[in-house]
Amino acid sequence: MDNESMYSAYSFKSSHSRTSRKHRERRDKHRSKARDSSLRGDKSVSIQAPGETLLDVESTRGDDRDDNWGETTTVVTGTSVDSVSQEDLTRISKDLEESSPLECRRYFGVVLGAVLGLFALVTPLAFLALPQLLWRDNLDPCGTPCEGLYISLAFKLLILLISTWALFLRPTRATLPRFFIFRCLLLALVFLFVASYWLFYGVRVLEPRETDYRGIVGYAASLVDALLFIQYLALVLLEVRHLQPAFCLKVVRTTDGASRFYSVGHLSIQRAAAWLLDQYYSDFPVYNPALLNLPKSILTRKMSAFKVYNLGEDNSTNASSGQSRAMIAANARRRDNSHTEFYYEEAEVERRVRKRKARLVVAVEEAFTHIRRHQEEEAVVSSPKHPREVMDPREAAQAIFAPMARAMQKYLRATRQQSYHSMESIIDFLQFCITHNMTPKAFLERYLSPGPTLQYLDSSRGRQWTLVSEEPVTASLRQDQVFTLKRPDFSLVVTVTRLPFLRLGEEFVDPKSHKFVMKLQSETSV
Amino acid sequence: MAFVPGQPLTAVVQRIEIQKLQERNNLILGFSIGGGIDQDPGQNPFSESKSDKGIYVTRITPGGPADVSGLMMGDKIMQVNGYDMTMVTHDYARKRLTKKSEVVVRLLVTRKSLEQAVKQSMGPKITPKCDNSVTQHY
Repeated sequence: MDNESMYSAYSFKSSHSRTSRKHRERRDKHRSKARDSSLRGDKSVSIQAPGETLLDVESTRGDDRDDNWGETTTVVTGTSVDSVSQEDLTRISKDLEESSPLECRRYFGVVLGAVLGLFALVTPLAFLALPQLLWRDNLDPCGTPCEGLYISLAFKLLILLISTWALFLRPTRATLPRFFIFRCLLLALVFLFVASYWLFYGVRVLEPRETDYRGIVGYAASLVDALLFIQYLALVLLEVRHLQPAFCLKVVRTTDGASRFYSVGHLSIQRAAAWLLDQYYSDFPVYNPALLNLPKSILTRKMSAFKVYNLGEDNSTNASSGQSRAMIAANARRRDNSHTEFYYEEAEVERRVRKRKARLVVAVEEAFTHIRRHQEEEAVVSSPKHPREVMDPREAAQAIFAPMARAMQKYLRATRQQSYHSMESIIDFLQFCITHNMTPKAFLERYLSPGPTLQYLDSSRGRQWTLVSEEPVTASLRQDQVFTLKRPDFSLVVTVTRLPFLRLGEEFVDPKSHKFVMKLQSETSV
Repeated sequence: MAFVPGQPLTAVVQRIEIQKLQERNNLILGFSIGGGIDQDPGQNPFSESKSDKGIYVTRITPGGPADVSGLMMGDKIMQVNGYDMTMVTHDYARKRLTKKSEVVVRLLVTRKSLEQAVKQSMGPKITPKCDNSVTQHY
């Protein structure tokens, strides 16, 4: 046993020293480049600096494709760090048009609401303070009843303050295309309310210098009561009314048909769209443009079956339409074998993916066995023996990344996911898994199934969606409405169905009524 | 042979007379019966309609008295010695057949082939053939 443990420690150290040190210096060289590209803030794909190799050149020899990671993807890549290519230009223009509208509009409504709210909160205090400041000597003395009113006023104001903070002072997560009707209604109501109170106050109290202080305090208390009720109205309109489900929304993504059903309450179209997008980011698997098309070999074969020759007739329009009609007819009559080709191609692809997945799983499991968490009490035991290097998680991750990198690369390429996972991100995630004692299966979960879109986002900037609807977007949801949420690459088509009205009936079952008889089938010989 | 409640049942029956055989201490007839109003009619393999709760012959000992008399498997027993067997319990049927005091048992049984035989025989000829088949009205 002694020899075994020494041998394993030796081999571990040797492998660690030989390959990982080389990897470390190679990766340190490339790490700065990779960080630059990710800081550029690309939105939907992570762009790797070109020419970054995944492994030593020797180990990837014999691979049937290129050695370079991410080079054969179909998504936007920069050609080099310095030059600006066409893709860069479109990307930059997209950035510009996204950033500016969002920043200003986001805060306008919040600022307005905050100003109005502050005004409304300060008003009762102003009502109380102004007579004291202006004509203190003429005021009727007001003993215990006033003090009671002061206390109630103070507590109600405190409650108003706390609930306003809890309900309304949350950062808004979406800007809607049109005014949010309920919010506008409430702001208008508060404004009208406070304005009318001020008007009355100005005419009846400030002008004639009213001396009945108790009445004034009662007036201020009634204002605070009314503000509390308005807040209750706001709570019901903005938060509570749409909690009871009334409609079922079916959301279908146009590019790959991923669909979900959601239940919502009574909302306007724009509010429903905002809520829906929240759910979209965590429920829908990420849109991978590389996975969409039929293999080219099948599609092109359809077209090249017949060649049509124009025999030199002069009426060109007739000839062209006749030609196309002939082609269509010929194509229709030809026996179509593309479905069998599609079937076999799909089976082949699936087999390849499964083979690579098996290799990946085995490689990762083996890689994880090379690492063990260092226990403190072992320090005493291991010191007389071969001293093991104690590594921090980052180094440990880099050490065990080497044997599994190639299998990982091939698997990601087979499932067309290579654009979503850069080498850096994989090592980061590996480090994360090692730190939290995750098993190889937990590490692989992220790569074996495409996760929700949220996982691949950088949340530094907002996302621009366009709501396309035939009806005004502040109209409330109705049966059989359809609206679309568009992005440059794809869109979500939403269909609204009303949830059915449920008639629940009642049937009482007496517990004693459960009785059974045997099904007899006897045969008697006579 | 489907029974419609309230309507008279018409069937072509055959008279069979079986002499009981004395075997050790009891008189046996040499066949087995199944069915009855207290049994599950759905499991009867011989009945035409699976709601028929009549008494059916399920097995015949080869060479026994019933076999000799011409009773066939799958026959529905309509009467035993004048007593009706179409609406009886299984146990009542057994008792009627195994009365120690009776040595001869006269059964009226029906089967599907009897109906066809009567039709065939009544076809070209005017007078019906004289055989054991009788049309009995219930």
